[in-house]
Formats: sequence, structure tokens, C-alpha cells
Amino acid sequence: MKQFVSLIKKEFHHILRDRRTMFILLGMPIAQIILFGFALTNEVKNARIAVYDQSKDIATAALITEINSSRYFDIENNLNSYKEIEETFKKGSIKLAIVFPQNFHDDLQHFNKAQVQLVTDASDPNTANALSNYATAIIKDYENRITNDRKLPYTIKTETRMLYNPQLKGSYSMVPGVMAMVLMLVCTMMTAITIVKEKELGTMEILLVSPLKPIKIIVAKAVPYLLLSIVNISTILLLSVFVLEVPINGSLLLLIFESVLFTLVCLAFGLLISASTGSQQIAMFISLTGMFLPTIMLSGFMFPIENMPLPLQIISNIVPAKWYYSIVNAVMIKGAGIEIVWKQTLVLAGITLLLLALSIRKFKIRLA
Amino acid sequence: MSNENVISVDGLTKRFGHFVAVDHISFDVKRGEIFGFLGANGAGKTTAMRMLCGLSLPTEGKATVAGFDVYTQNEQIKKNIGYMSQKFSLYENLTVKENIRFYAGIYGKSDQFIRQKTEKVLEQLHLTNEADKLVGSLPLGWKQKLAFSVAIFHEPGIVFLDEPTGGVDPVTRREFWNMIYEAAANGITIFVTTHYMDEAEYCGRVSIMVDGRIEALDTPSMLKQQFDAASMDQVFLKLARKAERSDN
Amino acid sequence: MKPVVVDHITKTYSSKKDKVTALNDISFEVEEGELFGIIGPDGAGKTSLFRIIATLLVQDSGKATVEGLDSVKDYKEIRNILGYMPGRFSLYQDLTVEENLNFFATIFNTTVNENYDLIKDIYSQIEPFKKRRAGKLSGGMKQKLALSCALIHKPSVLLLDEPTTGVDAVSRKEFWEMLKKLKQQGITILVSTPYMDEAGLCDRIALVQNGEVLSLDTPQGIIDSFENPLLAVRSNDMLKLLKRLKSARGVDDAYPFGEYHHVVLQKNYNKDDLSDYLVKEEPGTEIISAQPNIEDCFMNLMKN
Repeated sequence: MKQFVSLIKKEFHHILRDRRTMFILLGMPIAQIILFGFALTNEVKNARIAVYDQSKDIATAALITEINSSRYFDIENNLNSYKEIEETFKKGSIKLAIVFPQNFHDDLQHFNKAQVQLVTDASDPNTANALSNYATAIIKDYENRITNDRKLPYTIKTETRMLYNPQLKGSYSMVPGVMAMVLMLVCTMMTAITIVKEKELGTMEILLVSPLKPIKIIVAKAVPYLLLSIVNISTILLLSVFVLEVPINGSLLLLIFESVLFTLVCLAFGLLISASTGSQQIAMFISLTGMFLPTIMLSGFMFPIENMPLPLQIISNIVPAKWYYSIVNAVMIKGAGIEIVWKQTLVLAGITLLLLALSIRKFKIRLA
Repeated sequence: MSNENVISVDGLTKRFGHFVAVDHISFDVKRGEIFGFLGANGAGKTTAMRMLCGLSLPTEGKATVAGFDVYTQNEQIKKNIGYMSQKFSLYENLTVKENIRFYAGIYGKSDQFIRQKTEKVLEQLHLTNEADKLVGSLPLGWKQKLAFSVAIFHEPGIVFLDEPTGGVDPVTRREFWNMIYEAAANGITIFVTTHYMDEAEYCGRVSIMVDGRIEALDTPSMLKQQFDAASMDQVFLKLARKAERSDN
Repeated sequence: MKPVVVDHITKTYSSKKDKVTALNDISFEVEEGELFGIIGPDGAGKTSLFRIIATLLVQDSGKATVEGLDSVKDYKEIRNILGYMPGRFSLYQDLTVEENLNFFATIFNTTVNENYDLIKDIYSQIEPFKKRRAGKLSGGMKQKLALSCALIHKPSVLLLDEPTTGVDAVSRKEFWEMLKKLKQQGITILVSTPYMDEAGLCDRIALVQNGEVLSLDTPQGIIDSFENPLLAVRSNDMLKLLKRLKSARGVDDAYPFGEYHHVVLQKNYNKDDLSDYLVKEEPGTEIISAQPNIEDCFMNLMKN
């Protein structure tokens, strides 16, 4: 036990004395939350738009008021021709133009149907998509409201394609994603690097010829990063609740439990990498491509899995971050309990055990 | 050996903050001379050598190498010197030929020159059959000899050798020194550091650095006389034991 | 029971392209309390040999034992009784001197106080700097710390892989003086070095080259087995002299040796004949009989 404590103490010395790395490790979650929460969000506020109202009746007037009063849009100008729309877009002063055809209200009254055209600046596809989604949502809202009073429903057809998952608030989906990424970075990469570093320095040689059991070396390497991860999880949760205003709807305990489980997956993966490489450079490269990229691409955090081609959908199942992401999403945002996420939890636990067993088996009691 | 000074150093000093790594050293090296540059670890050898190679700016003092000033003409200095370090300086995953081609190319030698000289060098080293082998697969001694040939391939006026024979077996070590003698006879000035004191005897003149200063500078036999010692090893120990600092 | 026995050990490293034999059927035994030197240049196989004895590598064939324990089967027991100092400085640069020592004491299940007597002479020299980080120590001090750490659990056998490589002449001298003191305390020491001049400081040595033992004996024994007459020759033009010597009759080998050239004569050749010839060619040439040293022997063995 004394050996073990001494090993962990030594690990902490390494971490605490390397100020730069520690700063990065603790500062990263903050930077990422702020980056993903604000800068990179596909939520758009107060976008300047234009309206080309060819009908100018009570229905269009009501809709325009509705749109203008939403926090997403500011109506910048009213236009009088398609040509003007093009010109305004070219000047770059608006992001979206809403075009009402002639006889909008009449059409609604007589045919129960009307059309609205949404023209977006597709040179910025993300914003374009988000804006058209917001506009569509507002129009649908209006449509529902006026339909309530009637037997036959009104339909207002909007002319945009639904390319994107409508996400009415960006940071909701970002927080679980950032948690997955930060844990991955801290645990996988740092564990892999610290073990490989000892190999490079030659200190691993001395640890190996000592009576220390390999399992002790491994666990002692993992403990400090596990603690560091818990600090990081707390930072992220605090930031998301108080800064991004994303509430924790489910059980905090469950959330932390799942996060620790995911941390273990990452640690095990890091150990596996360190067991199979001899240089810090390669360890870093493998952790980035092997863990980081799949986390961003295939976890569902940046790109919806259901929109992917089938082979990628299948591959995404072996990406631990996918399961963790869906768990955090369910627990944190939707308020789900263990009775809903037990399946994902089991999968994660399974992957953890598999990786741990593999890495302990691969850890060499000798050099080469 | 002519009387022309190819390296001339006067009061050269390098400070890092309050630490004086090299403390007003002065010496001249003549064309074709084999100049041994000795000192304990941390005496300031490496720092001094870096300044002479144009890799580091002196804090104070004057120095010219191959006629060029170390403050202002370090690009010209680099063109006119060869350098080989204790740590093997060739690419392990390139072949013998590729290494020669690469280094010769750096110095802008013509294809014809490279082709002809490569053949000559390979022949001298008895490496003709190994020309297309990876350098990594050669024994250490061969690598060091090849590295030396590469360092003087572009026919520089001066070659700096930083512990070129560390860990090399005694026979190859002597073969290496034969190459040094030959290069010197062809007018290349040799500036060499070593931990093997018997090699100090092979030098024309030897300087010994202690705590950043040159404490002794003469021919090996004069030094032995001066310090009343039987070998260079004893001369070195007598001087280096006085050192107050060690290592870098 | 011999503290270290190496019995017909062979080790090869194979890559896709070629197979490198690091150790080729090496055998030797180290006696209790002996200071045994493995002398050879880089690439001779010294590090592979030490790693096999230290249970860090597994040999292809043959057997190594430490205090009767098998290096493959009983690796756990060996790791308790062995002190090992790898070739590179292998301590934690970001821990202080004191922290390094305490750490290694703890992982070997002991304390610094328990075995302080053993390391006192060495450690007391660096104790004034015990709060300094190991990375900030000078080369000589690092070496002393590494040796203290390797000794802290009072090993019965100490393996030192090239402890003096890259260290200047002064620190090398000091290091060998420390080894002599340790030997007096009864620790068996196996040390490797590429410096031939250190051979004389060992009780017995094995000269190794290309994974094979060229010769194994006491330093004096090896020198005595050098049978050819040896001369030391010098003149004003040493380069010319060397060329002349190499082509002279009766000369087996000639090579620079410090301020002289050493000349190995054929066994039955009379040295006066050579002297006459040399003095005739260049008057003033100095010729004296020389005692071979380990380096002469090594070169002679390499040739044969």
C-alpha cells in the first residue's frame, strides 16, 4: 500500500510541476465550453432579414409581426422586387429573405393553402439552415394557431428543404459533446503519454526491475487522471448550468457515475495505446486519430448519426463516446433515469472491461 | 600547415544571465592544424563551439572563422565549415548514397561533382557494396567514418568534430584518426573535442577549458612538460580537478 | 552459489530485412564480491546482456541466473535482490533529489534510513542539494544520485550499464573510487564500459565484441597473454612513420597510441632489426619496448 501511495504521489508531482500541461488540462474544458457554447453554436440570434411582401394583407402583416418579435430575427428592410432581394444579399446586409406571394390571405381563406418562400444566403450553410428552420417553426406555429378555430386546417407551405435537424438551442447538445471530448483528451491522451514518457526516459526500466506489480504501476498512473477528470466534469457542469443556462434535468449522481464509467473507458484505451507504442509522438497521434476524431465525427455530437450512411452508423456503435453522449443527453437534457439508459450503460461497461483486460494483458513485464 | 589563421578568437565571451559560460577565451588555429578542444563536462566547450559555428551570438569579444565574422557573417561561416557531432548526424532511414546526396545538395554542389566524389568516397571507405543499404543497418564505426566523410564532402576549410569517436571500438577509432590526418594533410583544419585522452596526443595543439576559461594551450608534449605529467590524462586531471562547476 | 551465471546466451533481433545477432553464445560466471567488467565498444551487446540478467529481456537460448534464480522463470524474486542502473540517466527529472531517493526506497519496500549506511559515502556528497530537482543536477551528481537509488534496497548484486559513458575524466575517476568502496562492503558488481582504460580497475574482465567474448581473465592475465613483442615508436613526422611501419618487415600491426605509435612485432622477429631500419630511414627515431595494455590486447584479439 505504501508503494502504491508513493507511486500516486509521484504522479501528482509530475502533473503539478508541469505547470503548462496542468494549465491546459484544467483550462481546456473552460475554453471548450465557451467555444462550443457560444462561438461555434449554430444558434443564431437577431439575424437581419428582409421581407418582400407582395400581398400586404392582414395574414402577412400578422406573420411579419410574429417573426419580427422573435429573438432570432430583426427585419432590416422591406423590399419590392426579386431583383432587390438579390442586390441586398450581394451587399451582405441580410441573412434571409421572406417572400410572400400575392393573395396570401385570400389563398388561405379560399383554398386553405398558401405559400411562403424562404431565401437564404447559402454561402454560410449552417446559418442558412438554422435561420430557415427558425422561420419555418414560427410559421408553423402561426399556422397551428389560426387552424385551432376551424374545421379544415390551414396549410402554409414553406419552400425550404429540411437539411438540418432543427435545434432550437445549440448549447444543449454541445455540453454532452464537450464532456465526452474533454474526458477523452485528459484521460486517453494523457495516460498514454505519461506511460510512454517513462519508457522514453528509461525510468520504466527501473520500475520494471523493481518488485512493483505491473497492475500497481498501471492503476497508479490512472488514479491522478481520474481525479483530474472529476474536477473537469464538475467545471463543465458548473459552467453549463450557470453560464450556458443548460439545466441538469436528471439525477446528478447518475450523471457523475456515468462520467466516471466513461473516464474508465478512456483510461483503459490510453493504457492500451501506451502498451503498444514506444514514443510520445506516436501515442499522441494514435489517441488523436483513434479516439478524438471518432468522438467528434461518429458520436452524434456534431453530425446526426441517423443521417449517416449505414456502414458508418454500424461503426459508430463501437465508439464509446456515442454511448456516453446519448446517456448524458438523455440524463442531463431529457431528465431520464437509469431505467432508460441502462442499455447504453451496459455497453459502456462492457467496452471498459474489454479494454482494461486487453491493456493489462498487453502491458509488458519486460522491455520489448 | 601554413601560417594563415583560419580561426582567430579574441576575448570571446558568452553569458546566460549572470552565468558566464565562456569567459574571455582567445586562441588562433592555423590552416591544416589539428586543434584539440578539451574540457570537463560543463566547462563551456559546446557553447564556445556553437559560437564558432555561427549558431549562437557571442556576448562579447571577437572571432573570425574562415575569415568571416561570427557576429555578422554566420551564413558565410556555415557554407565554409563542416560539422559532425558525437550523436550520429546522418539519417538512419536513408541509404548511404541518399545521405551523401542530401548533404552535398544542401551545400549546392553540382550533380557531376556529387556523382564523381560519391564514388571516390565510397571507395575510400570500402562502402561501395553498401551504397544502397540503409545507414541504420551499418555498424557504429562505419557510420562515424561515413559521417566524417559527409562532413568534409563539400570540401570546407574547417571541420568541427564534437566527440566523434565516443563508444567506437579501438581499431575503428584509429582508422577514424587516420582519416583526420589525411584531411588535415589536404589542408582542412580540424577542430575536435574528445573524452579520450590518448586522442589528445594526436592533436597538433590542445587547449583545455576549465570553468569557461582556457587554462592551458600548447602542444601535447609542451603541456606534459609544463604540468610535469607523464600523459595528457594526468595534465587534464590536474587542471580539471580545480574546476568549481561541472556539467551544463 | 555464484551470484551471476551467464550460460550460453544467444539473443537476436530480427526486423523485416535482416537479423542482428546481439549476443552469440556468451558464457561467464561472476564470483561473490567481485567487481566484474564487461568491456567493449558500442554495439558489442553489453546492454542486451545486462537487460537479460536484469529480467527485462528474454534470451533466445541459454540461461542466466542471479543468486541461483532463473532470469526468465524467477524474474519476480530477482527483481527484489537486484540493483540496476541503466545506461541513460533514468531518474525523474522533475522530482527532487530527496524525492527520487524516497520514491525508489518505497517501491523496493524499504526506507532511506534502513540502508543509509550503504549509500552514506555517495549520498552525503549530493545531500546539500537534496531539494534540487534531479534534472538540474550536473552529470557527476546525477550519476551519484542514480547509484544511490540503485543501492537503496541493499541489493546483493549491482548491475551498472555504462555508468561512465559521456562523463568527463574527473567524474569517471570519482565513480570508480565509489565502486571500489562498495566492493569492500561485499556487493557483487557487474559493470560495463566502452573505455578500455577502466578495465584495469576491475577484478576480472570480459572483452566483448560483436556479441562474443574475445577473452575473459583478470586484467593482468589478459595482458600477460599478449605474446608478441610490443614497441613504442616516435619521430618528428608521425604520419610518415606510421606508413613506414605498416609496410615494414616483421610488423604485425602498427597504430597510433598516444604520443607514440605502437608496433606489434611478429613473435619470432628481432626488434633490433626494426630499430636499425627505422633509424636508417629517419635518424632520431625513438624506439622503446612497451608494455601492452588492455587496448592493445583488445585490438590484437579483434584482429584474430
